[in-house]
Amino acid sequence: MDNIAGSKSSLGWAVQISVVLLVVLWLFPTVGLFVSSFRTADQISSSGWWAALFPAEQSEVLRTADPDDERQPDGDMFVVAGNLFPEDSEKTISTWGTSARDVAAYTAGDTADLGDDGMLTVNADGSYVWRGSDDALSGRGERVFVTATAPPEFTMENYENILFRGGTDDMAKAFFNTLTVTIPATIIPIVIAAFAAYALAWMDFPGRALLIAAVVALLVVPLQLALIPLLRLHLGIGIGKGYLGTWLAHTGFGLPLAVYLLRNYMVGLPRDIIENAKVDGATDFQIFTKIILPLSFPALASFAIFQFLWTWNDLLVAKVFLIDATGETTVMTNQIVELLGTRGGNWEILATAAFVSIAVPLVVFFTMQRFLVRGLLAGSVK
Amino acid sequence: MNPALAGLVTIIVGVGGCLAYFYFSNLVLDKFIFPARGPQAGKNINRANMVRPWLFLFPALFALGLYLGYPVVETLRLSLTERVPGGGSEFVGLRNYQQMFGESKFWEAMRNNMLWLIVVPAASTAFGLLAAQLTDRIAWGALAKSLIFMPMAISFVGASVIFKLIYDARPEDQEQIGILNAVWLNFEGGIGSFLMLKLLPTLLILAFAGTVAYCAWLLVRRLMAGGNALFAVILQGILLLLLVWLLWQSLRGLIGVWVVDLPYGEPQQWLTLPMWNNFFLMIVLIWIQTGFAMVILSAALRGIPEETVEAAIVDGANPFQIFFQIKIPQIMGTIVVVWTTITLVVLKVFDIVFAMTNGQWETQVLANYMFDKLFRANDWGVGSASAIVIMILVSPILVWNVYNARKEMR
Repeated sequence: MDNIAGSKSSLGWAVQISVVLLVVLWLFPTVGLFVSSFRTADQISSSGWWAALFPAEQSEVLRTADPDDERQPDGDMFVVAGNLFPEDSEKTISTWGTSARDVAAYTAGDTADLGDDGMLTVNADGSYVWRGSDDALSGRGERVFVTATAPPEFTMENYENILFRGGTDDMAKAFFNTLTVTIPATIIPIVIAAFAAYALAWMDFPGRALLIAAVVALLVVPLQLALIPLLRLHLGIGIGKGYLGTWLAHTGFGLPLAVYLLRNYMVGLPRDIIENAKVDGATDFQIFTKIILPLSFPALASFAIFQFLWTWNDLLVAKVFLIDATGETTVMTNQIVELLGTRGGNWEILATAAFVSIAVPLVVFFTMQRFLVRGLLAGSVK
Repeated sequence: MNPALAGLVTIIVGVGGCLAYFYFSNLVLDKFIFPARGPQAGKNINRANMVRPWLFLFPALFALGLYLGYPVVETLRLSLTERVPGGGSEFVGLRNYQQMFGESKFWEAMRNNMLWLIVVPAASTAFGLLAAQLTDRIAWGALAKSLIFMPMAISFVGASVIFKLIYDARPEDQEQIGILNAVWLNFEGGIGSFLMLKLLPTLLILAFAGTVAYCAWLLVRRLMAGGNALFAVILQGILLLLLVWLLWQSLRGLIGVWVVDLPYGEPQQWLTLPMWNNFFLMIVLIWIQTGFAMVILSAALRGIPEETVEAAIVDGANPFQIFFQIKIPQIMGTIVVVWTTITLVVLKVFDIVFAMTNGQWETQVLANYMFDKLFRANDWGVGSASAIVIMILVSPILVWNVYNARKEMR
C-alpha cells in the first residue's frame, strides 16, 4: 500500500538494512552462548566467541624431534625429518623463526641457515627437514617459533561433561526433574480449565459475568502473594516440599490464563452446531467431549505451550515448593543459578548448562510458533 | 517411588480423576438426584440444568480459590502479624510496614522498580512497534519476526547467563571475552567515541524528550478543551506531571552525557556500576519482551483498514505522518494492552535480578526483596508486607482489565 506513493523504492533498502541490524542484534546474545558451549575452557578464556568463527592466528613454540633418536644418515650428513604438528592438525604456518627475539624471521618454505647447527626448512603444513653434520644434529631438538593459522575448532566435550559424567555440575538429573515437573503441570490444568471454560462460555446461570470478571482479576494477581500462605498450607496438610505440591501450585497459577483463553475461544465457536446437538438430545457432557473439545484444539495447544514454557522456565515456584535441603529435586533453572555462584568464571560449564535448558523450549517454540502466536493474540487483542 | 513414575501416576490420576468426576457427577445428577422421568420430569430437567454449570466449574473454582483467592487474604493477614518464638503468631498492626518503610533497601527496591516500570514497557513497546512496522514490509518478514520473537522461549535464568557472558570483564592485560567490554575498549576518546557516545545518546534522548513533549502537549490540549469528568481530569493531571518529570529527567540526562568523564580504555565491571547496572539488567527483559510486543502490534497494524492509509497517501501524507498520525491512533488500544501486560511482567520480575546480581550494587527490586525477606531473613511478616506492596502496585491494572472485560461482555 505504500508503493502507491512511490516511496517504497527509496525506503526499501533502509528498511531491509534496519531489519537485518535488528535481527542480528537480537540473535547475537544467543549465538554467543551457543558458540561458547562448543569451545574448550582455554579457547573461551583466550579469545571472544566471535573470534571462534574465523581462522585464528596463534603463536606457538614447538620443537623438532630429538636428533639423537630420530636422525637418519644422508651421505656424510644427517637428516631429521617430520612434522611440528601432531597428525591431522589443520594449522597453517605463515612465518617462523628459531629465536625468541625474531619469531617471524622466515616465511613458510624458507630454509634457515642455523650456522653450526645446520640448515632447517619448515613448510606451511608443519613438515620440516633439518640437515646438518654429526655435531650439529645432536642434543635436544631445535626450537621453532611459529605463527600459525588454525581453522575454527569446536568440541562436544562440554556436553559430555555436563550430561554424562555426573558430579556436581550434572545437568542430566536436573533435566529429568524439570521434565517431571513440567508434564503433569501442563496437562492437568487443561482438563480442569476446559470444563470450566465450557460452563462460562455456553451455559447460562446467574453470576456468570461476575465469575468471568473474577478470572480476569486473578489473571494479574502476582504469584508472590501465594508463596507464604501456600507453603504453610502444604506443610500443614502434610504435602511438604515436593513434586505433588509443585504440580498443584502450577495448576493453580496456570488456571486463570487457561480458563480465560479457552473461554474466549469457545465463545467464538458456531452456535448452530451446539444447538443442533442439543436438539438431537445430546447432554452437556457429550457436547463438551464430542464437539467442543475437538474444535477447541488450537486454543488447547496454545495454552499447553504457554504453560509448558512457563513451568519449564520457572525458578520461583520450584525454589519455594519443590527444592528441599537435600537438593535431590533441583530443576535446571535452579542448577544454573547455583553454577553461576560456584562456577562464575567457568563459561564452558555455564554456557553448556544454560544451552541444555534452553534447547527444549526453543524446539517447542519453533515447531509450535503458530499456536503460540494465536494464543497471544486471543489473550490480548480485543 | 521414582519421581518420573509418580509424575505418570499423577497425570493418570489427575486427568482420569477429572474426567471421572465430570462424567459421574453428571450421571448422578441426571439419573438419581433429578431424574428426567416420572411426574416431575420437566421440572427436574430444569433443576438439573441449574446445578450442572457448578459441577463443571467446581474443580476450577476450588483450585482458583485455594491457590489464588485465599492467599491474597492470608498474605494480608500475615502482613499484620509477627511470628513469635515457639510457634504461633501475634497481631502487630502496621509494625511490619513501619519496619519495612524504615529500611533503605526497601526504598532502593521501590526506586528501581519505578525505573523498571518506566523504561522496560516503553522500550519493549517502542522496539516492538518498530520491528512490527519494518518486518511487515519485507519479503522475509516472517523469518525476521520469528527470530526476534525467539527470546520469549528462553527462561529468565538462561537469558541471565547469556547476558552475563556479554557483560563479562577481564583484567586490562587480557583478551576481553565479553562483547560489551571488547567494544568498549575500541573507544579511545577520538571522533568515533564522540559520535557514538556523545552525539548518538544526545539524539536518542532528544527523540525521547520530543516524544514525551508531544504527548504532554496532546494532553494539555485535551485538558484545555474541557468537558471531561473530574476523575479523568485528575488522571490526566497525574499523567501530565509524570511526563513533565520525565522531560526534566531527560534534560538532566542530556547534560550528564556532555559533562561525564568516561574512563576510556579500562574494562568495566558493568553489573557493579551503581545506577547503570539497573539498565544493564533491564536490557535482558527488554530483549525478551520485544518479541511479544512485536507479534501483537504487528497483528494490530495488519488489522488497520487500508482505506484510511490510502486516503492519507492521496492527501499527500509522508510515511512518517502515515505512521504517527494514521496508524498509531488506530492501534492505541492494543498499545495500551501490550504496555500493561509488560508492566505486569516487570512488577513481578525476580529471576533476572536474583541470578545476575541478587540485589547487590543497588539493583534490588521488590520481588527479590520479598524473596530475601522470606527465605533468607525468614521474616514472614515483612515478606508478606512487601508482597502486599506488589499487589497494590498491580491493582490499578487489575481494575482496568476487569473494567474492560465487563465493558466488552455487554
